[in-house]
Amino acid sequence: MPFNSFRDFMSRQDVLAFAVLAVLLIVILPLTLDVMRLNQAGKFLAFGFVAIGLVLCWGYGGILSLGQGVFYGLGGYAMAMFLKLEASTPENTSIQSTPGIPDFMDWNRITELPWFWVPFESFTLSLIAIVVVPSIFAYLIGVAMFKRRVSGVYFAIITQSIAAIMTILIIGQQGFTGGVNGITDLRTLLGWDINTDFADYVLYFVCVALLFVCLFIGQFILKSKVGRVLVAMRGSEDRVRFSGYDVANFKIFVFCTGAAFAGIGGAMFTLQEGFMSPSFVGVVPSIEMVIFCAVGGRLSLVGAVYGALLVNLAKTTFGEAFPELWLFAMGLIFIGVVLGLPNGVAGLYNSYAAGPVDKVLDRLFGSENSDGLKLSQQGATS
Amino acid sequence: MFSDFTAAELTAIFAMQGFAGLILFAVFVLMALGLAIIFGQMKVINMAHGEFMILGAYVTYLTSNAFAQHLPDIFGYYFLFAMVLAFLAAAALGALVEWGMIRFLYHRPLDTLLATWGLSLVMQQSYRSLFGAREVGVVIPDWLRGSYKITDMVEVPISGLFVMAVALAATVIVGLLMYRSRWGKQVRAVVQDRPMAGAVGINTARVDRMTFALGCGIAGIAGSAFTMISSTGPSSGQAYIVDTFLVVVFGGATSLMGTVASAFTISQSQSMLEFFIGGSMAKVMTLLAVVIILMFRPQGLFTLKVRR
Repeated sequence: MPFNSFRDFMSRQDVLAFAVLAVLLIVILPLTLDVMRLNQAGKFLAFGFVAIGLVLCWGYGGILSLGQGVFYGLGGYAMAMFLKLEASTPENTSIQSTPGIPDFMDWNRITELPWFWVPFESFTLSLIAIVVVPSIFAYLIGVAMFKRRVSGVYFAIITQSIAAIMTILIIGQQGFTGGVNGITDLRTLLGWDINTDFADYVLYFVCVALLFVCLFIGQFILKSKVGRVLVAMRGSEDRVRFSGYDVANFKIFVFCTGAAFAGIGGAMFTLQEGFMSPSFVGVVPSIEMVIFCAVGGRLSLVGAVYGALLVNLAKTTFGEAFPELWLFAMGLIFIGVVLGLPNGVAGLYNSYAAGPVDKVLDRLFGSENSDGLKLSQQGATS
Repeated sequence: MFSDFTAAELTAIFAMQGFAGLILFAVFVLMALGLAIIFGQMKVINMAHGEFMILGAYVTYLTSNAFAQHLPDIFGYYFLFAMVLAFLAAAALGALVEWGMIRFLYHRPLDTLLATWGLSLVMQQSYRSLFGAREVGVVIPDWLRGSYKITDMVEVPISGLFVMAVALAATVIVGLLMYRSRWGKQVRAVVQDRPMAGAVGINTARVDRMTFALGCGIAGIAGSAFTMISSTGPSSGQAYIVDTFLVVVFGGATSLMGTVASAFTISQSQSMLEFFIGGSMAKVMTLLAVVIILMFRPQGLFTLKVRR
């Protein structure tokens, strides 16, 4: 066990933050929102997965990826391909010239299922692909870049180009990918209709559950030795390298983790939205994902989830009311957060609210410091 | 893919595509020059560079309208005024942005990337509010219209030649500024060793602002030239930004020659491939090739030894 005590894994503030988020997502939102809004919140949370991954990569690893949309898209498309194949049974598609293949392939005069679609006939393989394909892709990029010590701005630009390439490719290869419309008309998951209100509720809770799984994984990584090394690397990469650590491997690991999270997010998005399209893959959505993380706080896992919720909430409410002003607002959020709030909402909380909250907690449960000291001493002696 | 064509056809295709590539090359050079001197000197990635370019395009559009209304006699030469105005407008805005935003972020290069992206969104929306979402085009003066016929199959548009001339002039002027002027010497000193340059009395903050303004100004000229070959919409700039960054990074970021060479390579390969495998695949192949080369040679084509 890498931790001496539970306190080492989660401080009291962490527990509080997780608990508050859990209450908000599991109790408050489902009780106060109607099913359409809840479904929308679920889609926002799907972006939360990406934001959590970015906290690991960017906030702690110091790697700014402007291509998270690629991994989000890979996960989302993996799910969409499975659902599409399920929806394209020979009976449903009997009017096509080639029954049994997705409709857009038929429109593009493709007569056989392409080889890379075949694995997605299996649900298990699709689920594996959602996590593994983005990770492998991230691994390849990571090995190529980090082993050669490409970092910082260069890495950002190259990942951005990859996002651009991916979008052009998806749009250009209409017959294989559904083109600019994406993969639409998804109906059932293993025979279970995903477009009913009940399905929306279930998928929302599945999404929340997976989100917490990712949050705990993230917390585990950050509090374990890997997290320490990441923080050290962000401070001074060379010193860590000279201390005998392979810096590149740590970066690759955290980049792959972020990609896997993004893939899960993409898959959950597809399930809740009912389609997947290149508009969630390209350069613009990828940068927006970074801003979710920046608004929430690039050093806070829980903050990232709030960031995704807040920015998307602002986007929908503001965008519905004043569509022409939304870009202004979005731009100003970018500039304002970067200039004024480099640690986002979580940074605000830490500098203004964390102290008083700690005092309240002290009064309720006794002082943490003495407690924590005792525990760590126990750990040292045992 | 070559077997379907005769030798004469192939030559003509290559000549035409090569020329189209040269126009693209000119636009890339104009865009990338500004970006390269900003990035090379300050390590600042200006995501709003495309929008500065579009500012130049809109200034040209306004000038053309103003000339058509008030000075129809010399309408043929509005373009020369427009370029100067585009440069001044973009440079002034650039200086303002540097003063108001960039200078607080010098020690956080990744954050400038996000902040300038925010700026680009604001600028895009401003254009949309001011000029409408529809694309606007300028009236090209008579002497820039038409095309010049070299052989039966090969034709070159004169506006394209003009854009190339502008790119060439801009490159030469920037080259002279960088390598022959006192200011250029200061810039190069700051690139090589910022603290030392400051220690010998160079006002590095001023050099930074001037560089940023100059880079944005060149983007303005690029936008001005851009109106010759394409119409302008609020988000036209974004379409070029990824290519331009790749040009800069591929060229080695600190070297003027590298930028020009990489702009040439990327634009030519894209334009040549376009004819055979279609526009989107040509772009994919080119970008992919550049990304893969960068993975093996992250420092780009040409490099300059710099103390960090």
